[in-house]
Amino acid sequence: MKLKNQLRAAVRSLSKNKMRTFLTMLGIIIGVASVIAMLAIGQGSKESIQAQISNLGTNLLTIYPSASMTGGVRMEAGSSVRLTLDDYKAVASRCPAVMYSTPVVRTSGQLIASGQNWRTSVWGVLPDYFSIRNLDAQFGALFTSAEDRTAQKVCVIGATVTKYLFGEGADPSGKLIRINKIPFMVVGQISPKGQNAWGQDQDDIVIAPFTTVQQRMMTVTYINSIMVSATAEKVIPEATDEITQVLKERHHLGASEDPDFTIRSQADIATAATATSGILTVLLASIASISLLVGGIGIMNIMLVSVTERTREIGIRMGVGARGRDVLLQFLIEALMISLIGGIFGVGLGILASGIIASLMHWPVTITVQSILLSFLFSTAIGIFFGWYPARKAANLNPIDALRYE
Amino acid sequence: MSDIIISTQHLVKIYKMGDLEVHALRGIDMDIRKSDFVAIMGKSGSGKSTFMNIVGCLDVPTRGKYSIDGVDVGKLDKDQLAQLRNKKIGFVFQSFNLLSRTSALENVELPLMYNSKISSQEMRAKALKALDSVGLLDRSHHLPNQLSGGEQQRVAIARALVNDPVVILADEPTGNLDTRTSVEVMDIFQQLNKIGITVVIVTHEPDIAGYTNRNVTFRDGRILKDVKVERPRVASDELLLLPAIVEEETI
Repeated sequence: MKLKNQLRAAVRSLSKNKMRTFLTMLGIIIGVASVIAMLAIGQGSKESIQAQISNLGTNLLTIYPSASMTGGVRMEAGSSVRLTLDDYKAVASRCPAVMYSTPVVRTSGQLIASGQNWRTSVWGVLPDYFSIRNLDAQFGALFTSAEDRTAQKVCVIGATVTKYLFGEGADPSGKLIRINKIPFMVVGQISPKGQNAWGQDQDDIVIAPFTTVQQRMMTVTYINSIMVSATAEKVIPEATDEITQVLKERHHLGASEDPDFTIRSQADIATAATATSGILTVLLASIASISLLVGGIGIMNIMLVSVTERTREIGIRMGVGARGRDVLLQFLIEALMISLIGGIFGVGLGILASGIIASLMHWPVTITVQSILLSFLFSTAIGIFFGWYPARKAANLNPIDALRYE
Repeated sequence: MSDIIISTQHLVKIYKMGDLEVHALRGIDMDIRKSDFVAIMGKSGSGKSTFMNIVGCLDVPTRGKYSIDGVDVGKLDKDQLAQLRNKKIGFVFQSFNLLSRTSALENVELPLMYNSKISSQEMRAKALKALDSVGLLDRSHHLPNQLSGGEQQRVAIARALVNDPVVILADEPTGNLDTRTSVEVMDIFQQLNKIGITVVIVTHEPDIAGYTNRNVTFRDGRILKDVKVERPRVASDELLLLPAIVEEETI
């Protein structure tokens, strides 16, 4: 039988039972749509995590003191070992793979200005910090090395702090705020960065010169951490080795001893976060695939019913000269048509559903051509796979038995 | 060149039903010549339908040899049997066996669909010609349930004719029809036979057998009698005498 006639016959027999065809198709439509929507959500979250991490700077390294062990009991990280400014200076001067570097001290402060107050964290850093984090001023300016050296009481604030102290969108530069009762001059506001990958508001922050925070606010001699940026992403391992060597030497640790500090690279976090969202994508897609599989079983079910119902028709066709393969092809084409048309509608519904999810839930979604092709091919394969058994059953019927079937 | 269309030698068919063996055919030797019009008669269980199904390549014999139009059927596989049914045999059934919800024209086209050498236009033309020869050209777009029993059987005959078969096999073609319609169907067979088409019918009605020119009677899987009909009844003459039925019954 010619393909054109086969297709026409398939369309005719599918349209004889429109409701049944539609319901069978619905299984595939929902399956394909959910695969596409789930892949879109997975891909979207992966991309947004990657974007946020590269926004932080992928060649960023942070050095923390490790948790020390006293008599087998691990103490809180940084509780006994402290990094000092001299550690920082050694790292800054002796590591060629390090480009920018800054010591970091962190405290929290109660902010008061123009009758409002707000509690947030206060970071003391050198101006290199702005280069490491790719920060620039939206309003006013950033503070300078000279202001740090002389421990000026100046600071830059994030947009969230501005919002609660001066109102949304206000220019805070030149305003005076009191942090823990110490008056500071706001010199500028950093460009908004939004939430980071872990949901923290990166704009809820006060950044002040390192010396000012360490000596005037905290009056301590240690530093919380050191942040550096490697000269390039690919020299991160070299930078890590150099820093380890310098700090071990300074802390009088042998080469075989465990370091008493931890170096965390943004690239590690990026890899971990991407892997996590990758696992999430696979998980979502496999759950969605199950519904596609169930849709396929629906096709098989309905095709089996159809073969039984149409035994007589098969007998007539064989009686007038249809070969087994003609009958096989006829039923296979019907199954394939259900899954193909279901697949097309499913792709449409999937794109629509992704759009609705994106606008209602404000989730990042990305539909890739690969995900469309994948689910489309998958649904076609399901049509062939689940259509094969009923079609073969029909083709193997004995003409005389099929004709006598009541 | 012999003019034997169908030749069987000692055809045996045994159905196994559990431990029970049913001997449907116990050795049938028969030759059917070109332009024969044969009626195969016998009580139910005599093996006449089994014989018909085997000759029609719908079933295979347990033992014995037979050939159709010079082709030794015993040597053919399933696909070749299908090809043979398609090209050389036209089948007409007692219960019409038309595809439901499919127009008369498309039902007649069905055998041609399985003949890949025929174009769509040829298909249409041949189907219309076949419908015309059974007098149903004006009903070509009717669905089977919109046709009377007689008309449905005529569509089935058109379908059997459409591939220009060497033989038309009809299994109780008038079994579901009333008297007048039966005579109409026999008239069509007589017309076809007159233009040289070989026709074999199975019937248990002596009246119907009277329209053919050779009667073969089966009993218990063997041929009991094989007689030539000296003066066959003429269906077209009898139709003139039968009262016309305004509305035909739909079966």
